[in-house]
Amino acid sequence: MDFKNSGFMYLLGVLVGLFVIAQSVYFLVKAVRRSRQLGIEGSVIKRTVASSAVFAILPSVSILLGLITLSKTLGLPLPWIRLSVLGAVTYELPAATVALNALGESISAPVSGTLAFNTVAWVMTLGCITPLIIIPLFLKKIQGGVHSLRKKDSHWGDLFLTAMFLGMISAFLGMGISDGLLSVLTLLTSAAIMAVCGVFVKVKKVKWLENFALPFSMLGAMALSILYANLLPAELLPAGLWS
Amino acid sequence: MKQQKEYGVQVHAYGRAWMLAALAVMLLVPISMCVWFGVWPNVLDVLAGLLGVAPIYWVVCSIEVFTYAPMLGSGGTYLAFVTGNITNLKAPAAINAMEAAKVKPGSEEGEVISTIAIATTSIVTTLILGAGVLLFAQLAPVLESPVLQPAFKMILPALFGGLGVVYIAKNWKLAVAPLVCMIALFIAVPSLASSVSVLVPVGALIAIGAARLLYKKGLV
Repeated sequence: MDFKNSGFMYLLGVLVGLFVIAQSVYFLVKAVRRSRQLGIEGSVIKRTVASSAVFAILPSVSILLGLITLSKTLGLPLPWIRLSVLGAVTYELPAATVALNALGESISAPVSGTLAFNTVAWVMTLGCITPLIIIPLFLKKIQGGVHSLRKKDSHWGDLFLTAMFLGMISAFLGMGISDGLLSVLTLLTSAAIMAVCGVFVKVKKVKWLENFALPFSMLGAMALSILYANLLPAELLPAGLWS
Repeated sequence: MKQQKEYGVQVHAYGRAWMLAALAVMLLVPISMCVWFGVWPNVLDVLAGLLGVAPIYWVVCSIEVFTYAPMLGSGGTYLAFVTGNITNLKAPAAINAMEAAKVKPGSEEGEVISTIAIATTSIVTTLILGAGVLLFAQLAPVLESPVLQPAFKMILPALFGGLGVVYIAKNWKLAVAPLVCMIALFIAVPSLASSVSVLVPVGALIAIGAARLLYKKGLV
């Protein structure tokens, strides 16, 4: 077995995975305990857990696809580690590409040796480390600002946070709408399925659907995007769509 | 009230402890690799690599902290920024969960629901990645099959189409200005799609500005 896929690297991957699960379980338990003190019903918590778990499946499979992409160059364990802690394919792939290019190597070929491998690991790690430094220093102040805003004027405080959400959603919708017909069709399909789910929840009183409407919309829109991609003329499709 | 204050103090105490532990874990990975393989990289090579990504990603990551922290709450932020994949998973999961539970972001109920959603998604992602590594030989050909590629490449429109329709329908007055500006911006400069993270705070600032105007005029 080569160094990239050695037992030692897999051991590191398992330890990092256990750390992430331990932290998540710790925060989950603390939040559930607090929810009881706040009088939030157990059924709401169960639905939140169930719907979040179902919602996470498709994006997680997409992250797995990123892991497979990176594995061709870096083996399996290092991308697994990097995508488990503060990772995102949108960052890890360019970071690995730039690091390998600086060493005169390419992302399209397996990394040549342990020197290049370790260099890439350092660049991928240090390139995205800032939140782990900024958050312990500033989060309390940021949240203090949010609380005092809501305390001073609760209506404006709510509007402020809603506007932040809408700013984020608008950025991604703007990107989706400008990204070609396939993207627009997928976006509209997801919105339409969500609207239909909304009708079922509000008019037909199918309450359970409320928590699973987003995963359904995503799955339906992603499945139909395959159909659209097959029906649309090739010149209207994004470059490299099928690879 | 006392319990609320205690929770607020506690979440920052254990949040910081976990964050520092995560920092140590992150750094220990490349350190232990260097020790195990007996090879340390040339500092200049690391700096050359970092020069290509750090100026952009350090700025983007810093902006993300200040943009997402008010939305995700304290517990959610401490957790989401350790486990990563915030824009494509953690933030939408938190927004969706708060919307379904009918709690307001920024409230303590919102904080708790957001944290539960982010913790659950972190666990599911870690388990799926672990399963993917275990079943790599079986899964890779299926996931890499060209037939499925449009679906995976369209995951963000599929996610934000569904999420957007709910939020925009409920807050259409607040949504018009950022939506129009963002669509116009991306159509005018399509290459901005690769730096959408930087445009999230821009969209947020436009939305906040428009919300302030509407609020002052008593329209929202």
